[in-house]
Amino acid sequence: MSVLLFTTLLAAGSFLAGFLGALTGLGGGVVIVPLLALVFHVDMRYAIGASLVSVIATSSGAAAAYVREGYSNMRIGMFLEIATTLGAIAGALIAAHVSTSTIAIVFGLVLLYSAYLSIRPQPPHPVDVKQDRLSRVLHLDGDFPTSDGLERYTVHRIPLGFGLMFGAGTLSGLLGIGSGAVKVLAMDQAMRIPFKVSTTTSNFMIGVTAAASAGVYLARGYIDPGIAMPVVLGAGAGSMLGAKVLVNARTKSLRMVFGAVIVVLGIEMIFNGFTGRL
Amino acid sequence: MKFSLPKPSSEWDDQSIELIVGQLLRIGVLLSAAVVVLGGIIYLVRNGHVIADYTTFRGELSTLRNFDGIFHGVSLLSGRAIVQLGLLLLIATPVARVIFCALAFLIQRDYLYVIFTLIVLAVLTYSIAGPSLH
Repeated sequence: MSVLLFTTLLAAGSFLAGFLGALTGLGGGVVIVPLLALVFHVDMRYAIGASLVSVIATSSGAAAAYVREGYSNMRIGMFLEIATTLGAIAGALIAAHVSTSTIAIVFGLVLLYSAYLSIRPQPPHPVDVKQDRLSRVLHLDGDFPTSDGLERYTVHRIPLGFGLMFGAGTLSGLLGIGSGAVKVLAMDQAMRIPFKVSTTTSNFMIGVTAAASAGVYLARGYIDPGIAMPVVLGAGAGSMLGAKVLVNARTKSLRMVFGAVIVVLGIEMIFNGFTGRL
Repeated sequence: MKFSLPKPSSEWDDQSIELIVGQLLRIGVLLSAAVVVLGGIIYLVRNGHVIADYTTFRGELSTLRNFDGIFHGVSLLSGRAIVQLGLLLLIATPVARVIFCALAFLIQRDYLYVIFTLIVLAVLTYSIAGPSLH
């Protein structure tokens, strides 16, 4: 395959991944690594490097659209970024010391888990207004707009959330994904932050988390301009378009389809990991 | 329990800071995309017909792994180096956001968050500057 054809096909595939990722809220990163590794037979390390950089583009591009809604909480984001950036560096360092087959298997398991979350979303929990002392000390309490004015919320189980965020950062640095699903899980389910606040704040954190491991990847030569160029441009444009049509789209059936695709990719990643083909 | 709080009037309230941050991120992404496109065109014009082979990992040339090498390549108008410069700008975008937040928290006199932000900045600096120094 010539470089021109490779670039064109990869840009088109990444565009679709970014578009579906934004529409379903799962992020494009989860399918870009399998796309590169399974379809284009790119080495896992190059695939992870390109995917990680594209994650910065998709999350930062979508942030401008999200921020206008007024849901994200800057302080929650910044406080938890201490955990995700440290985790991201740990993940990037681990990535250099384990085989690509192991990374493929871990990747497959994360794909299966993401698909499970997308097919069976957690029911929204009621806003918990019981005061949390640590949340007040750390100025994490916030409010978010509802149809009848601002609603107050407080943050719970902060040490657990902080630990989960370190794990989310490690997965991000190890696999080159945004791991938005784990971040939302930590904030929404563990810390009892309202769902809308969790998703928008998570999106904000993804870029900073990815930047923390991108530096390590760059220095190790994982980031190849020939692969990253079409992936970043395609996924970035796709996610911006996806964020625009998100408001009008009926995403339930789309989530099911995308979830099914992720299951197939996850099984293939695990299979190829065990047989040593990746 | 519902409250309806009065709208904060300060110029540096959280909402307006986040709006500026959103714009900052958008500008960073668009700027880096423009640089990547420019480098990509040069790269494709010169190498479009070459056979692409990424099945084995060789690691990037040392000239594309650190700032000095990338800037040197850009001065020679190497397409790959210009793409890599665009990717560096992309990686720098969230870092710029963190620096901006540090200033915003400082203006708000929220010193606890100035410290938290500086910790994040230190981790990012270690990642981006640390390994490429040696």
